[in-house]
Amino acid sequence: MNNERLTAFARQTGTILATLVGLLILTFCIGRLMPVDPVRAIVGEEADQATYDMVAERIGANLPLHEQFFRYVNDLLHGDFGTSIRTGQPVINDILHVMPATIELATFAIIVGAGLGIPLGILAAVRRNRPIDHVIRFMTLIGHSMPIFWTGMIGLIVFYAVLDLVGGGGRISDYYIGLVPDTTGFLLIDSMLAGDWEVFWDAVNHLLLPASILGYSSMAYITRMTRSFMLDQLNQEYITTARVKGLSKGRTIWHHAFANIRVQLVTIVALAYGSLLEGAVLIETVFSWPGFGQYITNNMLIGDMNAVMTCVLLVGIIFIALNLLSDALYKIFDPRTR
Amino acid sequence: MTANSLDMQDTAMHGSRSGQNSMLRRLFAVIRELLGNPSSGFGLVVITILLLTAIVAPLIAPYDPNIVDLGNTLQPPGAAHWFGTDELGRDILSRIIYGTRISLTIITIVSVIVGPIGLIVGTTAGYFGGWYDTIMMRITDIFLSFPSLILSLAFVAALGAGLENAIIAIGLTTWPPIARLARAETLTFRGADYISASRMQGASSLRIIVKSIMPMCLPSVLVRVTLSMATVILTAAGLGFLGLGAQPPLPEWGAMIATGRRYMLDNWWLVAFPGGAILLVSLAFNLLGDGLRDALDPKQR
Repeated sequence: MNNERLTAFARQTGTILATLVGLLILTFCIGRLMPVDPVRAIVGEEADQATYDMVAERIGANLPLHEQFFRYVNDLLHGDFGTSIRTGQPVINDILHVMPATIELATFAIIVGAGLGIPLGILAAVRRNRPIDHVIRFMTLIGHSMPIFWTGMIGLIVFYAVLDLVGGGGRISDYYIGLVPDTTGFLLIDSMLAGDWEVFWDAVNHLLLPASILGYSSMAYITRMTRSFMLDQLNQEYITTARVKGLSKGRTIWHHAFANIRVQLVTIVALAYGSLLEGAVLIETVFSWPGFGQYITNNMLIGDMNAVMTCVLLVGIIFIALNLLSDALYKIFDPRTR
Repeated sequence: MTANSLDMQDTAMHGSRSGQNSMLRRLFAVIRELLGNPSSGFGLVVITILLLTAIVAPLIAPYDPNIVDLGNTLQPPGAAHWFGTDELGRDILSRIIYGTRISLTIITIVSVIVGPIGLIVGTTAGYFGGWYDTIMMRITDIFLSFPSLILSLAFVAALGAGLENAIIAIGLTTWPPIARLARAETLTFRGADYISASRMQGASSLRIIVKSIMPMCLPSVLVRVTLSMATVILTAAGLGFLGLGAQPPLPEWGAMIATGRRYMLDNWWLVAFPGGAILLVSLAFNLLGDGLRDALDPKQR
């Protein structure tokens, strides 16, 4: 038994390692394919041949490809993700600097998405094929089909330009910039720590629209999944048994059906949280939100190779980790998978 | 003898001799079922309109999509310009009409690339198993560990911005889920009696895969490809919007929104109509995909 577990563990570790190596090969290829000469990008256009050769030697640009790859992996293992060509800073520092803005946005969005999506999904399943189910399914379908950058702009036109209810682009109004000390990078937390409620509410005002629009797209996904999980449960015989035994409908739904889909829901919400990175790329561009999404896009447009490679690697690792987490959750909470 | 019995097996599998007549009849039956349901009917109609618009674009577009008219810039929607004009005085409706050609090109090329690749990789991996399967599935795992837009972005950054590279990048990110699906389907058929029977009759692996396994996977792959097209439209528009896909002055809907963004707060029609077109087409593919699933794949209903 113990031996069996060990084998399973070894196999899973092997799978993860293989995926990671593949991921590294992928990011390496993307970096090498980029139409940017890394040496030229560092030394500039006017540098003479001697300087060029020296820098090429130092960063290993003239080594054979496989040696360059080993060098890349070796650097990564030593925590060196390379230096951004644009800022001259270590890429990882730049990313850590922009991450809080995106986490703030995504966290708000997932609260909206899960907070609305799970109840709506349950409601749609319980009232299957009734008018309310059709309305909810139509809403989720629109959420799936809309180009999120467009929704963001329509939101800006309606709620900012016409109704003037929310702040425009950016995390905060221009005249509040730099008023609170940058302790954690999370603007809401920083302004609370500083006790500056004016800044806090201004930040909330700016966060509301982009986060709601991101949240709508993840709500669409969460609602759809919740509905189908719930339908699976409601069609099972134990539900009929519980009802026949005289349990009320509400009790059956909450204590039996919903209890059984909680693990699935947690994993879905975790994956949806990760997928927000994708929407963040577009929404951050629309709202001039200085986060990870905008950082990726800007560096891709100017061809900052090290930054792009690290961002892609990071996104890949986040998703692999989320998938592992959801597998682990199933194993812990669902005895059948043991 | 062998040929004869294989023929019989074919007959048994498809229910009738798969002549052109019965294929056509089946196609009409599927279309009728799609039109019978309001939502999938809507999807089918929208996509048919998209197709026709792309074909006859020069005939129905009221203006030349690229003609600059600086005396008529940023006109709101009205009788002369139903969807208004942009910052260079170009007619937005005409640009959206010509934009259908770009969207259709993207969809056609991507589905022609990813459908067969996904089908071949998935069926062979599922049928042969072993190390080949392991390697192929690890590769799809790596691709699947990214949201499709971010991976497409990375590929476009590597290959250079532009419509062709955007299509390649989208294709590269779209095949893995299809391969996964085809493999899962193949695994369920692999042990079936009729596969063993044709193997015992001496059919080669190639023949079994092409003649017996692929046709069985085709319906669900078709459904999956249709549903992927909704994502493909959104990803292509997203790339265009970020300036990494089709480049202006091409009338690609995402790129139109990107240029309109500067003027949008006072001129909503610059972004509202192209975005509406994207939403409509993406919605249509989602609805058609769901409808096709009901029509072709009753077991998933």
